[in-house]
Amino acid sequence: MEKRATFSNASIGVLFVAPQILLVFTFFYWPTGAALFWAFTLERPWGGGNEWVGLDNFRQVFADRAYWASITRSLVFAGATTFLAMGFGLLLAVACDRGLKFYQGFRTVFVWPYAVVAPAAALAFRFIFAPDAGIFSALVKSNPEFWNPAQNGYHAMVMVIVCYSWKYAAYCFIFFLAALQAIPRSVIEASAMDGAGVLRRVRDIQLPLITPTFFFLLVISITDSFQDSFSIVDVMTDGGPAKATEFMVYKIYFDGFRGLDYSGAAAQSIVLMFLMIVLTFFQFRFIERRIHYS
Amino acid sequence: MAAVSLSAVSKKFGPNTVVDKVDLAIEAGEFVVILGPSGCGKSTLLRMIAGLEATSDGEIQIGDVVVNDLEPRARGCAMVFQNYALYPHMTVAENIGYALKVAGLPKADRIARIQSVAQMLGLGEFLDRKPMQLSGGQRQRVAMGRAMIREPKVFLYDEPLSNLDARLRVAMRAEIRRLHQRLGTTSLFVTHDQVEAMTLADRIVVMNQGRIEQIGTPDEIYRRPASAYVASFIGSPGLNLLRVNVSTNDGHIKFGDGQLLAYDRKIWKNLQDGPVTFGFRAEEARLASDGRGLSIRFSFSEELGSSRLIYGAVADEEAVLMIDHDEKFSADETAALSIPNSAMQFFSAETGRRIS
Ligand SMILES: Nc1ncnc2c1ncn2[C@@H]1O[C@H](COP(=O)(O)OP(=O)(O)OP(=O)(O)O)[C@@H](O)[C@H]1O
Ligand SMILES: [Mg+2]
Repeated sequence: MEKRATFSNASIGVLFVAPQILLVFTFFYWPTGAALFWAFTLERPWGGGNEWVGLDNFRQVFADRAYWASITRSLVFAGATTFLAMGFGLLLAVACDRGLKFYQGFRTVFVWPYAVVAPAAALAFRFIFAPDAGIFSALVKSNPEFWNPAQNGYHAMVMVIVCYSWKYAAYCFIFFLAALQAIPRSVIEASAMDGAGVLRRVRDIQLPLITPTFFFLLVISITDSFQDSFSIVDVMTDGGPAKATEFMVYKIYFDGFRGLDYSGAAAQSIVLMFLMIVLTFFQFRFIERRIHYS
Repeated sequence: MAAVSLSAVSKKFGPNTVVDKVDLAIEAGEFVVILGPSGCGKSTLLRMIAGLEATSDGEIQIGDVVVNDLEPRARGCAMVFQNYALYPHMTVAENIGYALKVAGLPKADRIARIQSVAQMLGLGEFLDRKPMQLSGGQRQRVAMGRAMIREPKVFLYDEPLSNLDARLRVAMRAEIRRLHQRLGTTSLFVTHDQVEAMTLADRIVVMNQGRIEQIGTPDEIYRRPASAYVASFIGSPGLNLLRVNVSTNDGHIKFGDGQLLAYDRKIWKNLQDGPVTFGFRAEEARLASDGRGLSIRFSFSEELGSSRLIYGAVADEEAVLMIDHDEKFSADETAALSIPNSAMQFFSAETGRRIS
């Protein structure tokens, strides 16, 4: 017997999928379409609709030094946050997996940051890192140069990276812990019998066996850092000081909605989308060739 | 090679005592099998010796060293796991050689030793494969190789054959025995299969609910089981056990249905009046040709090839008999059993301990 539900009346089926289609259309196809339209056109100065300009917008974007700088910053941010978040997530997961006492409780605690929405986390970290009242305030009193994210671009960058990594480490932790727990206990015990200490076991047995998870997180983490940085930057630094934390996605927002350069912003967002597609594609190709166990 | 000795070793998981004051002395080079039903604490005992589980109480010695507080790697034991526990991402050669790699041996030495172990186990052509690409029996060999290459003081086997099919199990059993003869390493082998225990062991340790019931050679355990429990567990089929009442005055035992069976009072001096458990081996009782003896009602039979098992009831309690092919019997009939005094065994009705 066929398990699939079938509808005698086609219109009922259409009715059921309609909300989903409406959502996808409203929040994906329509904006993407609009962005494409804006990216290849330019608004006439005195009104009267848009004019087709071909690749002009893209040429302009790529000729802009500031744009290349934002790409570099985005890559630094992606690299640093991915490294920190995955590193910390893995560290916590390995500790939890070792069955430390009360780890059930820890597990919940470690997962929480991911449930905190990014702007709230950013706000909290703004207070934590505030030069006059935050954790560095004592040091700042004797040396004002020591910590000043409002003026020093490097400090601002560090602040944004730490905040984002804190939140993302929780996400990595969940996946790493699940992967570690899927490794049969006896395999770990066998390596203990073979003489491997804790660190050796992590390196030789556990890490290799969770590579699929590792690469999955690498892909997700890098691509997400391109987009998800927005709200944190918006709350903490507004892209400043002196554009030191202006990543690709923030620049799109800034140029489009503050600078009202819709066409330039649209071209940038197409570039960003393209970049993410390419990255994802390469990473998955790599994973599929390299990782095969179970 | 090293002796292993346990004194008053216990293990508690929360309120449950899983291993209860176990005393055991294993000589260097001995092959000891720990036999017992599922859940009796065999694996736990083995894992405590390996160092994978902490003891709650008692002392474990390997060689002259008390190892209670030593890490597994410092104890000099190698373990073969029930599910093999091979490293799935390593080749057979890497699996076997991992312990040497951890120990920091130069690559050339490692390869030479991997080769010789693989040769011994017939794994030569599989060295470059991953465990996934091996059959169950081959994986088993790799697990053995991984244990052997370290030249450990003690081998620990936790039901290593239970995942294999019947024929392979017999073959691997013989191989383990042969390896032991060749290497002479002290070995502890856990199983719930009494045939495995009988064929492999120098000595068998029978466990029940965390305690040792009996320690002895296979022959001792088969001939003179220390308790009714051991008797029913060892041999296929296990000992027939029937509840009877002893009358020392008349020199007979009385079955539930009132039948009497005479015993020799000179041999069984320690029997006292009252209820006991009476036992006899299926293969040691004969069908009495003159029709005089213990009456048994047959119900069905099992063909074993060389002989036949017939199941029946004596005084409504189940009993099994092993007979030769030329002996006649027909199902659903009553026959008489003759049980010589040498085949009789008695166990206390309360404690289950042997009465000799
Ligand atoms: N980590 C643990 N926590 C709590 N109870 C445990 C733990 N490990 C084992 N037990 C209990 O201890 C008892 C003995 O377990 P063990 O694994 O030693 O049995 P076994 O004799 O090896 O049985 P099997 O033949 O089924 O492997 C069982 O009742 C089991 O439930
Ligand atoms: Mg077990």
